[in-house]
Amino acid sequence: MSAEGKKPRYMLVWGGLALLTGIEVATAFVVRKALEGFEIGHEQVTMLIILILLGLAVWKALLVALYFMHLKWESKALRWLAVAPLLPATILVVVVLMEYV
Amino acid sequence: MSTHGAEAVQFEQTSFNVYDKKLGMWVFLASEVMFFTGLIGSYIILRWGASESWPAPGEVLNIGVTAGNTFLLICSSVAMVKAFAAIEEGDQKHLKLWLLATIVMGASFVGVQAYEYTHLIHEGFLPSSGLYGSTFYAMTGFHGFHVTMGVLCMIWVLGKAMRGHYTQENHQGVETIGLYWHFVDLVWIILFTIVYLI
Repeated sequence: MSAEGKKPRYMLVWGGLALLTGIEVATAFVVRKALEGFEIGHEQVTMLIILILLGLAVWKALLVALYFMHLKWESKALRWLAVAPLLPATILVVVVLMEYV
Repeated sequence: MSTHGAEAVQFEQTSFNVYDKKLGMWVFLASEVMFFTGLIGSYIILRWGASESWPAPGEVLNIGVTAGNTFLLICSSVAMVKAFAAIEEGDQKHLKLWLLATIVMGASFVGVQAYEYTHLIHEGFLPSSGLYGSTFYAMTGFHGFHVTMGVLCMIWVLGKAMRGHYTQENHQGVETIGLYWHFVDLVWIILFTIVYLI
């Protein structure tokens, strides 16, 4: 890790992760509760909740990778190495999902 | 990355501009991404291809307990990064304290998971309880195994820290185990959403 720039604000990232976890649980339950009153468009709203939850999870994962794993300060080559497996991983998940979409 | 005199003699830098241990860990983590993607891919096939209905979130699993456990793992990740930040400053005392905190929280995570398993098994929810049971135990079990291995490795690193092995100039072991630990936290972030909330 390079010494350049300010020191990462780890506690701020921790606060962000804790807050996002709270939002996730609230999204899964408060929104679900709210849904019980609506019969129409249930499938679409469920899909929307899934997308929001996945978005929040990716956001948290990015915070961990960039700040705790220091990818934000690493060389370009190492960052490419970290990102490389995401391509085959995405292909695998997308191809599998196509069966059901 | 700055090269310190002693470090430059002792360790070869790779062409990735990082030391060999760190490059090795990143390559290993790349393979781990594919390992967990394989599990997630199977989960998608089994869940959406299942003829049986899938329980709603919270129906079988206790979300509150696991949300707390998720928070605990996040806290352990912060403790780990604080240990790294401490030794970067040459602070031996805080390196040991934060490493110990990481170990305690990591072990507690496994403890809560063991409690969860015991509770579920007691209620008759087993790996043989349909696709929901087998996918749940396979995904969380493999992750729990990773956390356990991380805790064991960290106990080893703490032992080395106790003997004053790490210095401000050379603390590669702390950073390398930290990368593994944060990755395990990152995987749990994804698994918690997929297995418990969706």
